Amino acid sequence: MGAKEKTKMSNIPSELKYSKSHEWVKVEGEIATIGITDHAQEELGDVVYVELPEPGRMLALDDIFGTVESVKAVSELYSPLSGEVVESNSALSGSEAALNDDPYQAAWLIKVRVKDTAELDALLTAEGYKAEIGE
Amino acid sequence: MLQWAEMSEALRRTPLYDAHVAAGARIVPFAGWEMPVQYAGVVAEVKATREFVGIFDVSHMGRAYVVGEDAKKFFETLTPNDVSKLGNFQGQYSLLCNPNGGIIDDIIVYRVKQTEFLVIFNAGNREKDLAWLRKNLTGFDATLADRSDETCLIAVQGPKAIELLGESVAALPRFGLGSTTFGGVPVTAARTGYTGEDGAELICNLAEAPKLWGALVAAGAAACGLGARDALRIEAGLSLYGHEMDESVNPYAARLGWVVKLNKPADFVGKAALTALKTSEQNRLVGVTLPGRGIPRENYPIFADAGTESVGVVTSGTFSPTLQKGVAMARVPASLAKVGTPLQVEIRGQRHDAHVAPLPFYKNV
Repeated sequence: MGAKEKTKMSNIPSELKYSKSHEWVKVEGEIATIGITDHAQEELGDVVYVELPEPGRMLALDDIFGTVESVKAVSELYSPLSGEVVESNSALSGSEAALNDDPYQAAWLIKVRVKDTAELDALLTAEGYKAEIGE
Repeated sequence: MLQWAEMSEALRRTPLYDAHVAAGARIVPFAGWEMPVQYAGVVAEVKATREFVGIFDVSHMGRAYVVGEDAKKFFETLTPNDVSKLGNFQGQYSLLCNPNGGIIDDIIVYRVKQTEFLVIFNAGNREKDLAWLRKNLTGFDATLADRSDETCLIAVQGPKAIELLGESVAALPRFGLGSTTFGGVPVTAARTGYTGEDGAELICNLAEAPKLWGALVAAGAAACGLGARDALRIEAGLSLYGHEMDESVNPYAARLGWVVKLNKPADFVGKAALTALKTSEQNRLVGVTLPGRGIPRENYPIFADAGTESVGVVTSGTFSPTLQKGVAMARVPASLAKVGTPLQVEIRGQRHDAHVAPLPFYKNV
């Protein structure tokens, strides 16, 4: 990972939904893939440890579903919607730097079977998230 | 944003602030200053310092001179280490202790000559230390001059730091003080540091600080922030004021008993208390590592194996970029301080197996 300037704008893909706690959500059918945003990984710095839930765990909206740690900081992950965890990204174990390099693709965190599609409407659009983080 | 604007007005900046911002550093408030916490990233900066040279703006630290006939006598009676052992242009790690033996600050004392001493202290303790020095100067034929804001202080650290700084710095003994120039800038160099690597801290005038910083970067040194500095000092088992020590902690409980020279000729502040503390039951500061993947952090509770009550606490912890695992310093009862003793660290409600490990975790000087 190279030097990143603070003046650099975050990557905020327009096709994704976002939470105020810096998670992104991508919905395909009944499955939502969840990760952390480029802005979040930038704020955290070098990610060195990721703790994710086991498949089968039921998450309610805003539940803490895991932890991301950088060398100097701990950040908890908040579920942007309710549902059952169907998969955790086991490839991240030992390759945590992927969260800095590719937060929207390779470094997705969990896949959740969406319980209440109405919750999706409450998430931020890319524009809304951009405003949220002041860019 | 308004809140930040208001806050930043009260925060101070070193003369290198613009250079930090221009280099893409992330700036955070620290001990009343706006300081760079990272540039390229903590991992890259730690690696640069362990493998080549890292540079750190530490201009926020306090620097004061005590000058006069009694300068030496003043430090003999104020500090627990033995300044009578110092020749001209030599320094030593030391402490300011209160009469109860509690640590007011950790400092470095340099003897420039018998009638002139330089003391370097923590940024967060500037006002407290200056007040303590002034108060204790009563009755001594010496004066205190706070020169903290008149110079810049840049730490140059790493296995190639001395080579990069040149022969006159290479000729200095550890904790030696000397003069040289770098990049055309005259500097006072002190062969010391806070990373577990060889290196020096350079004092230069305010106006030329950006030029010196730029010359160091041009020579291949990596600009490093407070994040890397903290990870490096924890790897090196070096204590930080407010974490491993404070006024409620005495040197014996902070792995700093070696600083206290009870047998030196001069009586000194805290001697009676420290004499009693030396042989009393103490908590100990130890290294702790986890074989698993958890990262111990400050204030995480420590348990004796299978115990239900916490017996200690993590004072500083981090992921060690050099060792690629969680490392910590922790305060535990003396009975649990032996290397290898099994412990458990509670991380977000879950106990993780750990054990007492030798300090430092890493050292290359």
